[in-house]
Amino acid sequence: MNIIHNNNIAVSCAGISKHYKKVQALKNVSFEVSKGEIFGIIGPDGAGKTSLFRILTTLILADNGTATVNGFDVVKNYKNIRECVGYMPGKFSLYQDLTVEENLEFFATVFNTSIKENYDLIKDIYVQIEPFKTRRAGKLSGGMKQKLALSCALIHKPAVLFLDEPTTGVDPVSRKEFWGMLKNLKKQGITILVSTPYMDEASLCDRIGLIQNGSFLTIDTPEEIIAGFGQRLWAAHSKNMNKLLTDLRSNADVKSSFAFGDAVHITLNEDYKTEQLRHELEVKGHTGISIRTIKPGIEDCFMELSKSEKY
Amino acid sequence: MPKMIFMFPIMVLLVFPWAASYEISNLNLSVIDNDHSRMSHQLVEAITASGYFRITNVSNGYNDALKSIEKNESDLIIEIPQHFEKDITTGTGVKVMISANAVNGMKGSVGMTYISGIISNFNQSNLSKHFPQAAKSGLMPIQIDEQYRFNKHLNYQVFMVPALMVMILTLVCGFFPAASIVFEKELGTMEQMNVTPVPKFTFIIAKLIPYWIVGIIAISIGVIISWLVYGLIPAGHFYVLYGFTIVYVFGISGLGIIISNYAHTMQQAFFIVFFFMMIFIMLSGLYTPVQSMPEWAQWIAAFNPLKHLMDVMRAIYLKGSGFGGLLKELIVLIAFAVFFNTWAVISYRKTQ
Repeated sequence: MNIIHNNNIAVSCAGISKHYKKVQALKNVSFEVSKGEIFGIIGPDGAGKTSLFRILTTLILADNGTATVNGFDVVKNYKNIRECVGYMPGKFSLYQDLTVEENLEFFATVFNTSIKENYDLIKDIYVQIEPFKTRRAGKLSGGMKQKLALSCALIHKPAVLFLDEPTTGVDPVSRKEFWGMLKNLKKQGITILVSTPYMDEASLCDRIGLIQNGSFLTIDTPEEIIAGFGQRLWAAHSKNMNKLLTDLRSNADVKSSFAFGDAVHITLNEDYKTEQLRHELEVKGHTGISIRTIKPGIEDCFMELSKSEKY
Repeated sequence: MPKMIFMFPIMVLLVFPWAASYEISNLNLSVIDNDHSRMSHQLVEAITASGYFRITNVSNGYNDALKSIEKNESDLIIEIPQHFEKDITTGTGVKVMISANAVNGMKGSVGMTYISGIISNFNQSNLSKHFPQAAKSGLMPIQIDEQYRFNKHLNYQVFMVPALMVMILTLVCGFFPAASIVFEKELGTMEQMNVTPVPKFTFIIAKLIPYWIVGIIAISIGVIISWLVYGLIPAGHFYVLYGFTIVYVFGISGLGIIISNYAHTMQQAFFIVFFFMMIFIMLSGLYTPVQSMPEWAQWIAAFNPLKHLMDVMRAIYLKGSGFGGLLKELIVLIAFAVFFNTWAVISYRKTQ
């Protein structure tokens, strides 16, 4: 793929590094996002997601490396970038003492546009908060704040939309709704970069980058990442889950074991049979044992990848 | 909050000049009259008639009177000796003892001065009454004809109001915008604005303009209140007053930006503001004249923009000075404006 002069590239990063006083936030990060794509940056807190977004939205400067957004360099053409990107920070940061309508009008004015001009784009989202348009932004509920913030980030019809953990602290229903809105925006040709700590949202993205400790573990489509797991995965249950986890971890033939909700996900050495494992667990006093094969999820892949990264 | 901004100058100008006056009245006096004569009564009467004193304690001896001071019932003791009247009329001479509680040094020394003045008046009238020939032959003590220029009655309101206006201006145009910019920083709206095409310079200016306007309005409120309530009209021209105000406002809002550049949270901002405000007011000459401070303090005061504008305001209000007479101050204030704003721009670039 041609890196620099490809018109199909919305965002590209090459060798981006950033450090704060003692912490290395980003280490030599490189990736590309095609136009019209929903690109998910998925990783735990402190992985470097926000730093990466702040560099791409020209809020901070990287120590090394170059990055372009919509073809503009983040350092040289930062003014152009500010005109064509929408940014929704993780923290609600609109004017709390302005009403819903005033906030929207204010940001429209700031971008030299009007609500009318791009109303089509925000209509689906805005109609949901329109009944509260005379209410102050600070007095809105969490879900409505998020919708208002998204409306304000879209009011100037940005080419690239940066959403920093938009679903953190949002209830499951609103989260689902929110992803629905993103799908609609994608149809309008807007490139969306979204970061999230929730692995279950990964499958909703076109492509994802799993990030940890300031570098990407892998970048691919969710399907490819899952296909790349390359091992059989088992879910183990027993009556005493705590003991089960310690017993599994002390078993040399169990390659990995992680607690996932109500089960322990394990991978086994190749010549080790589940019957053997079941027997050994019975010997150790476990009852109600079930070991069944399951399809790996993104979280399993993340755990596997981060493990191989560490050792 | 918007109401506060307008209430603030009004309250300050209505309350402070009365509360922060050096004129001390209602001094509590303990009287020990050992003579109980007509003349000793006359003296006590003369003292109470002055209006500065009220008799809160009458004792038979010095020790009793001292107790009333200990109990905080009285601030001063006057002891009139036995044979007071007799000794005056015979011309022997008397000693009246005055003791003051100097825990509040100001109160003690002012009370002492007042009471000495009353006694010396009393003395003179007696002298001319009983020894007219002595009075005529020049034995009279030297008479001091007191005359206070520019503030005839040594009226403290006249002195305080112009200075208070400067204090208000400093808060409204220097420290309020600093707090408001830091507030946006803390809230995250500053970051949101930084990803818009709005240049940072425009953003800061937009933050400042309302405060500039409020500052000018606050000064106008000050001018109106000092005219309506204190009957004060600037002896100088209004354009001089507003001219200096505008120069000062530019300077002090530069300082506000500097503060907002270094403070990351409201807490930090308020700490810095408090620090500056204390030093600025203490070393401004609002309460105590800068000339009577130690030399090192005078040097610090020389770098205090508040002090310079207070001098200017008092000069405009009381002396009627124009730009010509205040050229030095004008240059100093312009220098402050240039210095603060240059620093503001440099520190702003650094923190980005």
